Amino acid sequence: MKNTAMPAALTRSISKPEENLNIVIVGHVDHGKSTLVGRLYADTGSLPEGKLEKVQAICRQQGKEFEYAFLFDAFLEEQEQGITIDTARTFFIWKGRQYIIIDAPGHKEFLKNMISGAARAEAALLLIDALEGVREQSKKHGYLLSLLGVRQFAVVVNKMDLVGYRQDVFDGIEKEYREFLAQFKAVPTQFIPVSAKLGDNIVSRSEQMSWYTGPTVLDTLSLFKKEAARSEQSLRLPVQDVYKFDARRIITGRITAGRLKVGDHLVFSPSNKRANIQSVEAFNVEPQPMEAEAGQSIGITLDEQIFVERGEIASHQKQLPSVSTAFRANVFWLGKKPLEKGRKYLLRVATKEVNCEVASIHRIIDTMDLAQQQGSHSVGKNQVAELMFRTKAPLAFDLSSSFESTGRFVLVDEYDIAGGGIITELVHDDQEFLREEARRRDFAWVKGEVGVEDRAKQYGHRAAVVLFTGGRHTGKSLLARKLEEQLVADGRHAYLLDGENLRRGLDADLSEEERGQTAEMARRYGEVARLLTDTGLIVVSTTNPFGLAYHEAAQAIRTLVNPAPLIAVHMSKTAEEPPPNIDVVLVGLTDLDAATKRIMGELKKRGVLAQAIGTKPVFQYSI
Amino acid sequence: MNHLRQLEDQSIYIFREAYKHFDNLGMLWSMGKDSTVLLWLARKAFFGHVPFPLLHVDTSYKIPAMIEYRDRLAREWGLNLVVGQNKEALAAGMNHTLGRDVCCTALKTNAMKNLIESKGYTGIILGVRADEDATRAKERYFSPRDKHGDWDFRDQPPELWNQFKTTFPPGTHIRVHPLLDWTEINIWEYIKAENIPFMDLYLDRGDGTRYRSLGCAPCTTPIKSTAKTVDEIIEELRGTNIAERAGRAQDAGRGMEMLRKKGYM
Repeated sequence: MKNTAMPAALTRSISKPEENLNIVIVGHVDHGKSTLVGRLYADTGSLPEGKLEKVQAICRQQGKEFEYAFLFDAFLEEQEQGITIDTARTFFIWKGRQYIIIDAPGHKEFLKNMISGAARAEAALLLIDALEGVREQSKKHGYLLSLLGVRQFAVVVNKMDLVGYRQDVFDGIEKEYREFLAQFKAVPTQFIPVSAKLGDNIVSRSEQMSWYTGPTVLDTLSLFKKEAARSEQSLRLPVQDVYKFDARRIITGRITAGRLKVGDHLVFSPSNKRANIQSVEAFNVEPQPMEAEAGQSIGITLDEQIFVERGEIASHQKQLPSVSTAFRANVFWLGKKPLEKGRKYLLRVATKEVNCEVASIHRIIDTMDLAQQQGSHSVGKNQVAELMFRTKAPLAFDLSSSFESTGRFVLVDEYDIAGGGIITELVHDDQEFLREEARRRDFAWVKGEVGVEDRAKQYGHRAAVVLFTGGRHTGKSLLARKLEEQLVADGRHAYLLDGENLRRGLDADLSEEERGQTAEMARRYGEVARLLTDTGLIVVSTTNPFGLAYHEAAQAIRTLVNPAPLIAVHMSKTAEEPPPNIDVVLVGLTDLDAATKRIMGELKKRGVLAQAIGTKPVFQYSI
Repeated sequence: MNHLRQLEDQSIYIFREAYKHFDNLGMLWSMGKDSTVLLWLARKAFFGHVPFPLLHVDTSYKIPAMIEYRDRLAREWGLNLVVGQNKEALAAGMNHTLGRDVCCTALKTNAMKNLIESKGYTGIILGVRADEDATRAKERYFSPRDKHGDWDFRDQPPELWNQFKTTFPPGTHIRVHPLLDWTEINIWEYIKAENIPFMDLYLDRGDGTRYRSLGCAPCTTPIKSTAKTVDEIIEELRGTNIAERAGRAQDAGRGMEMLRKKGYM
């Protein structure tokens, strides 16, 4: 055999494994993870022919003592440094089950690799050196396992030979570590005293530790259960993409919870669009499937041509995900630059990407003693913290305690994933009541035979609202008129909705006092705009009736016209900080044509005007 | 079977993520068992379509039957096939006797780098598996390469919960590995389950040998085997503890680590 690199998948067992289990091995650096894996391999007879002898021969040549860890040192650098750098994947089969072992590094510099490995695991072994005891990374890894959702794990107290196999040392470590874990309600299935180097309690029982009557490491692995299917939960299908390669318009995604079948009525959140499943599509599957469940990457077609986009979550109407622009979360940060309050990041929940900012940092959690440090404005690399986020657009999500996949997220800073977290609490935002009104209204909406997409096809554009905001005398009305004129001249169906026309009619029943307040006025305004967008129009309007409360009004209108896009154009005489969620900023209006052109560009970008949507017009669904 | 379907679901998810995020995608197809399974999974992910070109780096030393098989499937499945070759190096007489590392780097790595550069691909899908060799075990599903095509395995981006690295600075590209979690046995089990056409070089055709891994003719040797069907291959693999790539000369010593750092697949 010429190959010296570790050919990992060498399986000796003739029998076909009935199932697979992903295991991660974590713990403080040098507490013996690679040695444990090497020992498990050697003692279960899973090593390739001649591998052990070969590595032993190399050790003799180089005059160093053989270690089981050397069996897995793949890279030159790794061998030189004596630390495992990345989450290598190795496999062995025992009693009908294939164990896929993810060896995660314990060095704190490589925490992101530990996290990448552990996030994939169904169960974990956490190693603690009996001589060194519970160390910094022992605690951090324990905490992170819990945060990452690895609930099934055992604690392996290694190097018992170095403490004379004393039970009191083992008991002390167990007590200390159990107390630590209990603070965040993590409960290991087992504490096992071992010597990986000498093979005590790994595969065979230790003769040195007759005081220990629990299972060996290998027995413990056998006792780990395969993760229960999430098919019994309520349905969650985050939309991954929409394809139109042929006559079928297929919505694709991976079901993260629950199940669906042909004929089911689906609601897409946060757009509240609804349709029935017409078919489940698959290639080379006979007969065509009628249903699908959690874990499957599927495609479905709907009985109605509704426009849904990547990032929306499909569910059944009875069990909808939460929708808000704010939530609390526990976060671990891996970025080179600290996570800062007020800075903007890209947040990804399942397939949804949304801009967000850290609204507040409640506390930094010191994983050593779980002490909480308050009043901080940033979270450093490898720190864990409790935060509140605000997103730019409403986001559909779940609490991670009820739905794992739609209850966790990663944060992208510049080009890289720089952190992740789990959603612990929904934070109610000021749009909550209007959003609920919109949801109830949409679910009961009575439709004619002509759908939104039919109108869009006829008109050659989709419905939208262009809303001009800003202070007085900044040119809002002037530009709104110009835009309406230009859109109609281009053959679009556009309409200028002027607040004055509502004030004297629809709002005539309001008292003078009510008319002075924004809330009810904006609500009515938004509902009118919603009706108009349902007719397929591009509604052009201004926040003039609301005076300086334009930001509040714009937010309310945006919530009510959902899912039609609202393009906010902020106008000011001199440069000023625009309110959040503005799409186009115009300072000191001079050139009406140029300004109109910019807004047209934004309409194209948002897919309102009939231009190729996205960058792959051939395959994308476009109208 | 259940495990195979899980692998399939994950691969399809990765394919669809790649297609969503990269405008200029290409997929390597060497006609070997892995990249042909990869191709099949693309057809699964896109409901019978393959919406990006298939790239083949032709060293000119491939076994002739591989080229026939390539052209037949390309025709039958309506594939967009793009072939790259380091013509300068071949004209200058490059071959394996000048050194395997030198030859692989010139005819494979450099040919591929040139192809990627000339077509401006920002995402390359390929069929490497974590169990093939130790360096591949360290790969991510979405693995960035710098401007020179180099791989910084010590500083890889985190990858968790099926969230991948899909944004990258200009001039760099991402390699996408939908088959990372598959093993050699899984590949054959899937070929059987889906009835995927494969080259008979993988079977014993009467002389008591078969290829376990396909590469260039001069540097790939068949193994002793009497496996004449997929079932027999699977049975044989369950009993073996010889490395899959033992017949691939470039893997000798630290070969793969050095090659892959410099941009080898």
